[in-house]
Amino acid sequence: MMFVPGNNPGMMADAHIYGPDSIMLDLEDSVTMAEKDAARLLVYNALKTIDYGTTEMVVRINPLNTPYGKKDVEAVVKAGVDVIRMPKTETAEEVRELEAEILKVEEEIGAVGRTQIMAAIESALGIVNAYAIATASKRMMGIALGAEDYSANLKTNRTPGGAELLLAREQIVVAARAAGIACFDTVYSNLDDMETFRKEVELIKTLGFDGKSIINPRQIEVVNSVFVPTEKEINKARAVIAGIKEARAKGSGVISVNGKMVDRPVVLRAERTIALAVAAGVISEEEAL
Amino acid sequence: MKEASAGTLESGDILIQIAPAQKGLEIELQSSVAAQFGRQIKEVIKDTLEGLGVEDAYVKAVDKGALDCTIRARVTAAAVRATGKDVWKD
Repeated sequence: MMFVPGNNPGMMADAHIYGPDSIMLDLEDSVTMAEKDAARLLVYNALKTIDYGTTEMVVRINPLNTPYGKKDVEAVVKAGVDVIRMPKTETAEEVRELEAEILKVEEEIGAVGRTQIMAAIESALGIVNAYAIATASKRMMGIALGAEDYSANLKTNRTPGGAELLLAREQIVVAARAAGIACFDTVYSNLDDMETFRKEVELIKTLGFDGKSIINPRQIEVVNSVFVPTEKEINKARAVIAGIKEARAKGSGVISVNGKMVDRPVVLRAERTIALAVAAGVISEEEAL
Repeated sequence: MKEASAGTLESGDILIQIAPAQKGLEIELQSSVAAQFGRQIKEVIKDTLEGLGVEDAYVKAVDKGALDCTIRARVTAAAVRATGKDVWKD
Protein backbone atom coordinates (compact mmCIF):
# COMPACT_ATOMS: atom_id res chain seq x y z
CA MET A 1 0.00 0.00 0.00
CA MET A 2 1.75 3.13 -1.26
CA PHE A 3 1.05 6.44 0.49
CA VAL A 4 0.62 9.40 -1.88
CA PRO A 5 -0.05 12.97 -0.66
CA GLY A 6 -3.54 14.05 -1.72
CA ASN A 7 -2.37 17.54 -2.69
CA ASN A 8 0.24 16.44 -5.23
CA PRO A 9 -1.44 15.92 -8.62
CA GLY A 10 1.77 14.85 -10.37
CA MET A 11 2.36 11.97 -7.95
CA MET A 12 -1.33 11.03 -7.96
CA ALA A 13 -1.31 10.73 -11.76
CA ASP A 14 1.78 8.49 -11.87
CA ALA A 15 1.55 6.37 -8.70
CA HIS A 16 -0.07 3.28 -10.28
CA ILE A 17 2.62 3.02 -12.96
CA TYR A 18 5.00 1.53 -10.37
CA GLY A 19 2.60 -1.36 -9.69
CA PRO A 20 1.73 -1.13 -5.98
CA ASP A 21 -1.10 -3.46 -4.87
CA SER A 22 -2.95 -0.48 -3.47
CA ILE A 23 -2.58 3.29 -3.39
CA MET A 24 -3.55 5.37 -0.38
CA LEU A 25 -4.27 8.97 -1.30
CA ASP A 26 -3.82 11.00 1.86
CA LEU A 27 -6.07 13.85 2.96
CA GLU A 28 -4.82 13.81 6.56
CA ASP A 29 -1.29 14.40 7.84
CA SER A 30 0.40 15.23 4.52
CA VAL A 31 -2.06 18.04 3.76
CA THR A 32 -1.96 21.39 5.57
CA MET A 33 -5.19 22.79 7.01
CA ALA A 34 -5.20 25.60 4.42
CA GLU A 35 -5.16 23.02 1.59
CA LYS A 36 -7.69 20.48 2.90
CA ASP A 37 -10.44 21.78 0.58
CA ALA A 38 -8.23 21.72 -2.51
CA ALA A 39 -6.78 18.27 -1.76
CA ARG A 40 -10.28 16.84 -1.31
CA LEU A 41 -11.25 18.14 -4.76
CA LEU A 42 -8.05 16.77 -6.31
CA VAL A 43 -8.64 13.32 -4.83
CA TYR A 44 -12.31 13.35 -5.87
CA ASN A 45 -11.50 14.29 -9.47
CA ALA A 46 -8.56 11.88 -9.69
CA LEU A 47 -10.66 8.94 -8.48
CA LYS A 48 -13.44 9.85 -10.91
CA THR A 49 -11.15 10.23 -13.91
CA ILE A 50 -7.78 8.42 -13.72
CA ASP A 51 -7.81 4.76 -14.75
CA TYR A 52 -5.95 3.07 -11.89
CA GLY A 53 -6.65 -0.36 -13.39
CA THR A 54 -6.86 -3.14 -10.81
CA THR A 55 -4.97 -1.15 -8.15
CA GLU A 56 -7.02 -0.98 -4.97
CA MET A 57 -7.74 2.68 -4.18
CA VAL A 58 -7.73 3.79 -0.56
CA VAL A 59 -8.18 7.32 0.81
CA ARG A 60 -7.08 8.34 4.29
CA ILE A 61 -9.65 10.84 5.47
CA ASN A 62 -9.43 13.34 8.31
CA PRO A 63 -11.00 12.30 11.63
CA LEU A 64 -14.78 12.83 11.78
CA ASN A 65 -14.39 15.15 14.77
CA THR A 66 -12.55 17.70 12.60
CA PRO A 67 -14.25 20.18 10.24
CA TYR A 68 -12.96 18.09 7.29
CA GLY A 69 -13.89 14.47 8.03
CA LYS A 70 -17.54 14.38 6.91
CA LYS A 71 -16.81 16.30 3.70
CA ASP A 72 -13.98 13.86 2.97
CA VAL A 73 -16.39 10.93 3.34
CA GLU A 74 -18.94 12.56 1.03
CA ALA A 75 -16.32 13.28 -1.63
CA VAL A 76 -14.56 9.93 -1.71
CA VAL A 77 -17.72 7.80 -1.47
CA LYS A 78 -19.25 9.79 -4.35
CA ALA A 79 -16.02 9.27 -6.31
CA GLY A 80 -16.30 5.48 -5.81
CA VAL A 81 -13.26 4.82 -3.61
CA ASP A 82 -12.68 1.15 -2.69
CA VAL A 83 -11.60 1.69 0.91
CA ILE A 84 -11.71 4.57 3.40
CA ARG A 85 -8.80 4.54 5.81
CA MET A 86 -9.83 5.90 9.16
CA PRO A 87 -6.95 7.53 11.05
CA LYS A 88 -6.23 7.34 14.78
CA THR A 89 -8.99 4.81 15.50
CA GLU A 90 -9.40 4.14 19.21
CA THR A 91 -12.85 2.60 19.69
CA ALA A 92 -15.46 0.50 17.89
CA GLU A 93 -17.91 3.39 18.32
CA GLU A 94 -15.77 5.58 16.05
CA VAL A 95 -15.94 2.91 13.34
CA ARG A 96 -19.73 2.77 13.63
CA GLU A 97 -19.91 6.57 13.31
CA LEU A 98 -17.90 6.38 10.10
CA GLU A 99 -20.07 3.53 8.85
CA ALA A 100 -23.19 5.68 9.40
CA GLU A 101 -21.65 8.58 7.45
CA ILE A 102 -20.68 6.28 4.58
CA LEU A 103 -24.18 4.76 4.48
CA LYS A 104 -25.78 8.22 4.32
CA VAL A 105 -23.78 9.11 1.20
CA GLU A 106 -24.18 5.67 -0.38
CA GLU A 107 -27.99 5.88 0.05
CA GLU A 108 -27.99 9.30 -1.61
CA ILE A 109 -26.18 7.98 -4.69
CA GLY A 110 -27.73 4.49 -4.74
CA ALA A 111 -24.58 2.52 -4.01
CA VAL A 112 -25.23 0.96 -0.60
CA GLY A 113 -22.46 -1.34 0.65
CA ARG A 114 -19.85 -0.34 -1.92
CA THR A 115 -17.29 1.26 0.41
CA GLN A 116 -15.02 -0.71 2.71
CA ILE A 117 -13.25 0.54 5.84
CA MET A 118 -9.66 0.14 7.03
CA ALA A 119 -8.89 1.35 10.53
CA ALA A 120 -5.46 2.72 11.38
CA ILE A 121 -4.58 2.10 15.00
CA GLU A 122 -2.14 4.66 16.31
CA SER A 123 -2.44 4.75 20.11
CA ALA A 124 -2.25 2.55 23.18
CA LEU A 125 -6.03 2.72 23.58
CA GLY A 126 -6.50 1.63 19.97
CA ILE A 127 -4.22 -1.36 20.51
CA VAL A 128 -6.12 -2.36 23.65
CA ASN A 129 -9.37 -2.18 21.62
CA ALA A 130 -7.96 -3.78 18.45
CA TYR A 131 -10.38 -6.75 18.29
CA ALA A 132 -13.44 -4.58 19.03
CA ILE A 133 -12.33 -2.21 16.24
CA ALA A 134 -11.66 -5.11 13.84
CA THR A 135 -15.18 -6.49 14.39
CA ALA A 136 -17.06 -3.17 14.59
CA SER A 137 -18.42 -3.26 11.04
CA LYS A 138 -19.05 -5.69 8.20
CA ARG A 139 -17.29 -3.15 6.00
CA MET A 140 -14.02 -3.59 7.88
CA MET A 141 -11.49 -5.06 5.45
CA GLY A 142 -8.36 -4.55 7.52
CA ILE A 143 -6.57 -2.85 10.37
CA ALA A 144 -3.21 -1.13 10.15
CA LEU A 145 -0.56 0.10 12.53
CA GLY A 146 0.40 3.78 12.51
CA ALA A 147 3.72 3.62 14.33
CA GLU A 148 4.78 7.26 14.59
CA ASP A 149 1.75 8.39 16.59
CA TYR A 150 1.72 5.10 18.51
CA SER A 151 5.37 5.48 19.60
CA ALA A 152 4.76 9.07 20.65
CA ASN A 153 1.69 7.96 22.61
CA LEU A 154 3.76 5.27 24.35
CA LYS A 155 6.30 7.98 25.24
CA THR A 156 9.08 6.21 23.40
CA ASN A 157 10.93 6.50 20.07
CA ARG A 158 11.12 4.37 16.97
CA THR A 159 14.21 2.18 16.76
CA PRO A 160 15.65 0.20 13.82
CA GLY A 161 14.81 -3.11 15.54
CA GLY A 162 11.26 -2.04 16.36
CA ALA A 163 11.18 -3.44 19.92
CA GLU A 164 8.78 -0.65 20.91
CA LEU A 165 6.25 -1.89 18.31
CA LEU A 166 6.32 -5.61 19.03
CA LEU A 167 3.22 -5.84 21.23
CA ALA A 168 1.23 -3.55 18.92
CA ARG A 169 2.20 -5.54 15.84
CA GLU A 170 1.33 -8.87 17.43
CA GLN A 171 -1.94 -7.50 18.82
CA ILE A 172 -2.96 -6.20 15.39
CA VAL A 173 -2.17 -9.49 13.65
CA VAL A 174 -4.02 -11.53 16.29
CA ALA A 175 -7.04 -9.19 16.27
CA ALA A 176 -7.19 -9.23 12.46
CA ARG A 177 -6.93 -13.01 12.25
CA ALA A 178 -9.57 -13.47 14.97
CA ALA A 179 -11.86 -11.11 13.04
CA GLY A 180 -11.07 -12.70 9.67
CA ILE A 181 -9.76 -9.49 8.08
CA ALA A 182 -6.42 -8.27 6.74
CA CYS A 183 -3.62 -6.47 8.60
CA PHE A 184 -1.02 -4.02 7.33
CA ASP A 185 2.17 -2.80 8.91
CA THR A 186 3.30 0.79 9.29
CA VAL A 187 5.61 2.79 7.01
CA TYR A 188 9.40 2.88 7.16
CA SER A 189 10.49 6.41 6.31
CA ASN A 190 14.29 6.23 5.85
CA LEU A 191 14.68 5.71 2.12
CA ASP A 192 18.47 5.67 2.43
CA ASP A 193 18.47 2.56 4.60
CA MET A 194 17.01 -0.22 2.45
CA GLU A 195 18.77 -2.93 4.48
CA THR A 196 16.92 -2.06 7.70
CA PHE A 197 13.75 -1.70 5.65
CA ARG A 198 14.21 -5.24 4.28
CA LYS A 199 14.76 -6.62 7.80
CA GLU A 200 11.59 -4.88 8.96
CA VAL A 201 9.59 -6.35 6.06
CA GLU A 202 10.96 -9.83 6.86
CA LEU A 203 10.01 -9.36 10.51
CA ILE A 204 6.45 -8.29 9.82
CA LYS A 205 5.95 -11.12 7.33
CA THR A 206 7.07 -13.55 10.02
CA LEU A 207 4.66 -11.95 12.48
CA GLY A 208 1.80 -12.66 10.05
CA PHE A 209 1.06 -9.32 8.40
CA ASP A 210 -0.56 -9.31 4.94
CA GLY A 211 1.42 -6.32 3.70
CA LYS A 212 3.48 -3.24 4.36
CA SER A 213 2.70 0.44 3.93
CA ILE A 214 5.28 2.27 1.83
CA ILE A 215 6.07 5.89 1.05
CA ASN A 216 8.12 5.56 -2.14
CA PRO A 217 8.02 3.36 -5.28
CA ARG A 218 11.62 2.27 -4.52
CA GLN A 219 10.27 0.25 -1.58
CA ILE A 220 7.88 -1.85 -3.71
CA GLU A 221 10.56 -4.22 -4.98
CA VAL A 222 11.81 -5.02 -1.46
CA VAL A 223 8.30 -5.75 -0.16
CA ASN A 224 7.51 -7.95 -3.16
CA SER A 225 10.82 -9.81 -2.90
CA VAL A 226 9.99 -10.71 0.71
CA PHE A 227 6.27 -11.46 0.29
CA VAL A 228 6.10 -13.05 -3.15
CA PRO A 229 6.70 -16.82 -2.89
CA THR A 230 9.85 -18.20 -4.52
CA GLU A 231 9.72 -20.93 -7.16
CA LYS A 232 10.94 -23.42 -4.54
CA GLU A 233 8.14 -22.43 -2.14
CA ILE A 234 5.56 -22.67 -4.91
CA ASN A 235 6.76 -26.13 -5.94
CA LYS A 236 6.69 -27.31 -2.32
CA ALA A 237 3.16 -25.94 -1.90
CA ARG A 238 2.06 -27.69 -5.09
CA ALA A 239 3.50 -30.99 -3.83
CA VAL A 240 1.61 -30.60 -0.54
CA ILE A 241 -1.68 -29.80 -2.27
CA ALA A 242 -1.28 -32.63 -4.79
CA GLY A 243 -0.38 -35.03 -1.97
CA ILE A 244 -3.35 -34.13 0.20
CA LYS A 245 -5.74 -34.39 -2.77
CA GLU A 246 -4.46 -37.89 -3.42
CA ALA A 247 -4.74 -38.81 0.26
CA ARG A 248 -8.29 -37.48 0.51
CA ALA A 249 -9.25 -39.54 -2.51
CA LYS A 250 -8.07 -42.54 -0.55
CA GLY A 251 -9.99 -41.42 2.57
CA SER A 252 -7.00 -40.17 4.61
CA GLY A 253 -6.42 -36.68 6.05
CA VAL A 254 -2.71 -36.99 6.79
CA ILE A 255 0.14 -37.67 4.36
CA SER A 256 3.88 -37.43 4.19
CA VAL A 257 5.64 -35.19 1.65
CA ASN A 258 9.44 -35.45 1.41
CA GLY A 259 9.48 -37.26 4.73
CA LYS A 260 7.50 -34.60 6.65
CA MET A 261 4.00 -35.04 8.05
CA VAL A 262 1.44 -32.94 6.24
CA ASP A 263 -1.79 -32.14 8.02
CA ARG A 264 -4.36 -29.34 7.88
CA PRO A 265 -2.18 -26.36 8.98
CA VAL A 266 0.49 -27.31 6.44
CA VAL A 267 -2.15 -27.53 3.72
CA LEU A 268 -3.56 -24.13 4.71
CA ARG A 269 -0.07 -22.60 4.45
CA ALA A 270 0.46 -24.24 1.06
CA GLU A 271 -2.87 -22.87 -0.19
CA ARG A 272 -1.89 -19.38 1.04
CA THR A 273 1.44 -19.65 -0.78
CA ILE A 274 -0.33 -20.50 -4.03
CA ALA A 275 -2.91 -17.73 -3.49
CA LEU A 276 -0.10 -15.20 -2.92
CA ALA A 277 1.74 -16.41 -6.02
CA VAL A 278 -1.43 -15.97 -8.11
CA ALA A 279 -2.12 -12.53 -6.58
CA ALA A 280 1.45 -11.45 -7.34
CA GLY A 281 1.16 -12.67 -10.91
CA VAL A 282 3.99 -15.22 -10.52
CA ILE A 283 1.69 -18.03 -11.65
CA SER A 284 -1.66 -17.91 -13.42
CA GLU A 285 -4.92 -19.13 -11.88
CA GLU A 286 -4.87 -22.08 -14.28
CA GLU A 287 -1.38 -23.03 -13.11
CA ALA A 288 -2.59 -22.90 -9.50
CA LEU A 289 -5.14 -25.68 -10.06
CA MET B 1 -17.04 37.08 -5.25
CA LYS B 2 -13.56 37.96 -4.01
CA GLU B 3 -10.11 37.24 -5.44
CA ALA B 4 -8.88 33.70 -4.74
CA SER B 5 -6.41 31.14 -6.02
CA ALA B 6 -5.74 27.38 -5.94
CA GLY B 7 -3.01 25.09 -7.21
CA THR B 8 0.75 25.36 -7.51
CA LEU B 9 3.48 25.77 -10.10
CA GLU B 10 4.76 22.22 -9.57
CA SER B 11 4.97 19.79 -12.47
CA GLY B 12 1.59 18.21 -13.25
CA ASP B 13 -0.33 21.03 -11.52
CA ILE B 14 -1.99 24.28 -12.58
CA LEU B 15 -2.23 27.57 -10.67
CA ILE B 16 -5.65 29.17 -11.00
CA GLN B 17 -6.25 32.78 -9.95
CA ILE B 18 -9.80 34.03 -10.09
CA ALA B 19 -11.15 37.56 -9.68
CA PRO B 20 -14.51 39.32 -10.08
CA ALA B 21 -15.38 40.61 -13.57
CA GLN B 22 -18.20 42.77 -14.92
CA LYS B 23 -19.46 40.58 -17.75
CA GLY B 24 -18.60 37.10 -18.99
CA LEU B 25 -15.62 34.83 -18.49
CA GLU B 26 -12.18 36.02 -19.49
CA ILE B 27 -9.47 33.36 -19.37
CA GLU B 28 -5.76 34.14 -19.68
CA LEU B 29 -3.64 31.02 -20.07
CA GLN B 30 0.11 30.48 -19.77
CA SER B 31 1.18 26.98 -20.73
CA SER B 32 4.15 25.38 -22.46
CA VAL B 33 1.63 23.22 -24.32
CA ALA B 34 -0.71 26.13 -25.19
CA ALA B 35 -0.24 25.64 -28.92
CA GLN B 36 -1.48 22.03 -28.75
CA PHE B 37 -3.84 22.04 -25.76
CA GLY B 38 -4.63 25.70 -25.05
CA ARG B 39 -8.15 25.53 -26.42
CA GLN B 40 -8.90 22.30 -24.53
CA ILE B 41 -7.56 23.69 -21.23
CA LYS B 42 -9.69 26.82 -21.60
CA GLU B 43 -12.74 24.65 -22.39
CA VAL B 44 -12.24 22.64 -19.19
CA ILE B 45 -11.90 25.86 -17.16
CA LYS B 46 -15.01 27.35 -18.77
CA ASP B 47 -17.12 24.17 -18.38
CA THR B 48 -16.11 23.79 -14.73
CA LEU B 49 -16.98 27.40 -13.87
CA GLU B 50 -20.31 27.23 -15.72
CA GLY B 51 -21.11 24.00 -13.86
CA LEU B 52 -20.60 25.91 -10.63
CA GLY B 53 -22.81 28.81 -11.79
CA VAL B 54 -19.90 31.24 -12.15
CA GLU B 55 -20.64 33.31 -15.24
CA ASP B 56 -18.64 36.47 -14.68
CA ALA B 57 -14.99 36.12 -13.71
CA TYR B 58 -11.45 36.88 -14.76
CA VAL B 59 -9.28 33.76 -14.64
CA LYS B 60 -5.51 33.60 -14.94
CA ALA B 61 -4.18 30.06 -15.36
CA VAL B 62 -0.53 29.00 -15.29
CA ASP B 63 -0.39 25.40 -16.47
CA LYS B 64 2.44 22.99 -15.68
CA GLY B 65 1.14 20.01 -17.61
CA ALA B 66 -1.99 19.32 -15.53
CA LEU B 67 -4.46 16.57 -16.45
CA ASP B 68 -8.06 17.61 -17.09
CA CYS B 69 -9.11 16.21 -13.70
CA THR B 70 -6.49 18.39 -12.00
CA ILE B 71 -7.67 21.47 -13.91
CA ARG B 72 -11.26 20.77 -12.83
CA ALA B 73 -10.17 20.30 -9.20
CA ARG B 74 -8.09 23.49 -9.09
CA VAL B 75 -10.72 25.63 -10.85
CA THR B 76 -13.39 24.31 -8.48
CA ALA B 77 -11.19 24.99 -5.43
CA ALA B 78 -10.46 28.54 -6.58
CA ALA B 79 -14.15 29.20 -7.35
CA VAL B 80 -15.29 27.81 -3.99
CA ARG B 81 -12.74 30.00 -2.21
CA ALA B 82 -13.82 33.02 -4.27
CA THR B 83 -17.58 32.58 -3.83
CA GLY B 84 -17.69 30.92 -0.41
CA LYS B 85 -20.15 28.32 -1.78
CA ASP B 86 -18.85 24.81 -1.08
CA VAL B 87 -19.67 21.83 -3.28
CA TRP B 88 -19.99 19.47 -0.31
CA LYS B 89 -22.64 19.33 2.39
CA ASP B 90 -21.72 20.00 5.97
